[in-house]
Amino acid sequence: MSKSREETGQSSDLVCATRRPISRKNFFKFSGLSAASFMALSMYGCQDSGLGVLDNKSGGNNGSTDKNADVVKLGAGDIGILNFAYALEQLEAAYYIQVLENPYHNMSSDEGRILEALREHEVAHADFYKAALGDNAIRGLEVDFSSVDFDDCASVLNTAQVFEDLGVSAYNGAGQLLEDTELLLVAGKIVSVEARHAAAIRDLLKPRTGFFAGDDVIDENGLDVVNTPNDVLAAASAFIVDEIDASELPQPNN
Amino acid sequence: MSFLKLLDEFNLETSNKEESERFFSRKDALAKMSNYSKNFALAALPFGAIAAFSKPANAQSTEDVVGVLNFALTLELLEAEYYNMGCEIGIIPDEDRAIFNVIQKHENAHVIFLQDTINSLGGTPIEKPEFDFTASGTFDPFNQYPQYLALSQAFEDTGVRAYKGQAGNVQSSDQILTAALRIHSVEARHAAEVRRLRTMRGLDDIEAWITGDNRGSLPEQAQAVYNGEANTTHAGVDATTVTDISDEAVTEAWDEPLTMEEVNAIASLFIVPAQ
Repeated sequence: MSKSREETGQSSDLVCATRRPISRKNFFKFSGLSAASFMALSMYGCQDSGLGVLDNKSGGNNGSTDKNADVVKLGAGDIGILNFAYALEQLEAAYYIQVLENPYHNMSSDEGRILEALREHEVAHADFYKAALGDNAIRGLEVDFSSVDFDDCASVLNTAQVFEDLGVSAYNGAGQLLEDTELLLVAGKIVSVEARHAAAIRDLLKPRTGFFAGDDVIDENGLDVVNTPNDVLAAASAFIVDEIDASELPQPNN
Repeated sequence: MSFLKLLDEFNLETSNKEESERFFSRKDALAKMSNYSKNFALAALPFGAIAAFSKPANAQSTEDVVGVLNFALTLELLEAEYYNMGCEIGIIPDEDRAIFNVIQKHENAHVIFLQDTINSLGGTPIEKPEFDFTASGTFDPFNQYPQYLALSQAFEDTGVRAYKGQAGNVQSSDQILTAALRIHSVEARHAAEVRRLRTMRGLDDIEAWITGDNRGSLPEQAQAVYNGEANTTHAGVDATTVTDISDEAVTEAWDEPLTMEEVNAIASLFIVPAQ
C-alpha cells in the first residue's frame, strides 16, 4: 500500500521548457501522462478542450437515471459542508489535471513542479472526501474551463490563484459551520495546504514580492480572506456545469 | 449502517447515555474490523463513527478561550519581535525586504488583534516575554542571514501547527474560531513563502509544503517542528489507501497540528524564563 512518487509514475524531474531559454529539451517529457494523472483524469478530468464530461460511477446518492440533468444536492449539516469542500476539491483537481494535460509551451520547471504537486494534492483531497463521504458523496461534477486559455501562462496561473484563494476563503468560512471537532481539524489540515498553494502560485506570478499574502486578500488586522459557502459557490459556478443545491447547508450567524 | 444514518443517530444534540454507550461498543467493533481488514474497510465507516462522539465541548469557558488566545499571542509576540529586529538590524537583503515587510506587518497586526480580542472578552493579555533568538547561543540569526531564514521558517511552520491544534478549543465561538482560522492561513502563506525563498537561495531543496516530516536542511533542533507531519490518517481514514497519489504527496496535502505543550516546548527555546 505504500506508494512512492516513482511507483505512481510521478517523476520529480518532470519539467517543461523554461522560459529562460536554456532547456527546451525537456518540453517533451510532458507529453507522457503519468499513470496517476491518467487515473485521476478518468475520475475528475475533462475530455475535449474545456468542456469536460464527467460521470461519476459511484457517487450518486439519488438513484436517478439521468444524473447530469439533476441538481447536485450538497445536503445538510456536516455532510453538506464536506460535500461543499468535495465540490471545490473536484474543481481544483480537474483544473490541474487539465493544465498538465495541455501544458502551456513555455512552462518553467518551477511552474511545472508546483502545478504537478498541486494536482496531486487536490486529487488526494478529492479522493479522501469521496471515500470519507461514501454513499453521501455528491457525484463527480462536470466542469467548464472554457474561460481559461490553457496555452497562456498568465491565464493558467491567474486562474490557479483564483481557485487557491477561493479555497482558502471557503475553508475559513466553513470552519464555524462544522459541528464535529474532528472534521474541523481535518478542514484545518487542508486549508493551510491550500494557503501554501495560494502563496506559491502568487509567488510565481509576482516573484519575491509581498504578493504571496497581498493586501488584496489579507485585511488590516492581518486576517486572511473568508467567504460564506454561498459566495464561494457563486464564484465557483462559473466553472461548474452542474447546478448545485446548497439550500440545506448550515448558514453563518454573523 | 450507512455513514448518514450513523451521523443522524449520534450527531444530534443528544447526550443520551444509553445511546452513547451503545455507540462506543459499536465503535470498538468497527475499530477491530478495520484492524483485521485494513485495506478493505470502507473509509466511510470510521469517518461517520468519529463524527458521532467528538461533538465539541460546548462548555468552553471564556477563561479557556482567553487562555488559547494568550497562547497564540505569545507566538505572535515572538514572531513580531523577530521580524521587527530583523528589519531594524538590517540583516535582510534588499531583494527580500518586500517579503519580510509584509510578514512583519501581519505579525504586528496579529499581536494587536489578539490583545484587543482578549480585552474585549474581559481577559488580560499577557505581557511580552523576554526573547532570546539565539536560543542561549545556539543560533546567530541577526548576523547570519541563512540562520535568520531558517528560524523564520521554523517559527512560521510552528505557528501554522499551533493554530491548527487550538481550533477545536475555540470552536464554541464562531467569531473567534473564524478569526483564528484566518490568522492560521496567513501563517501558512508566510511559511510557504519563506520555504520557497530558502530553496530559491540555494539553502534547501524543500517546497512550499511539508513532505513527510522532513525538516530539510534545518538544524536538528528544528525536528520537533516537523515531527508528526508524516501522518496520513485523518478522521479515521488513511488517505493513502483511497487514492492513487503517492504517499509522499499525500503527506504534503495535509498539515498536522501540534498541542499547546509541543508548541511551548519549541517556543521555550527562545523565551528567557521570567525571574
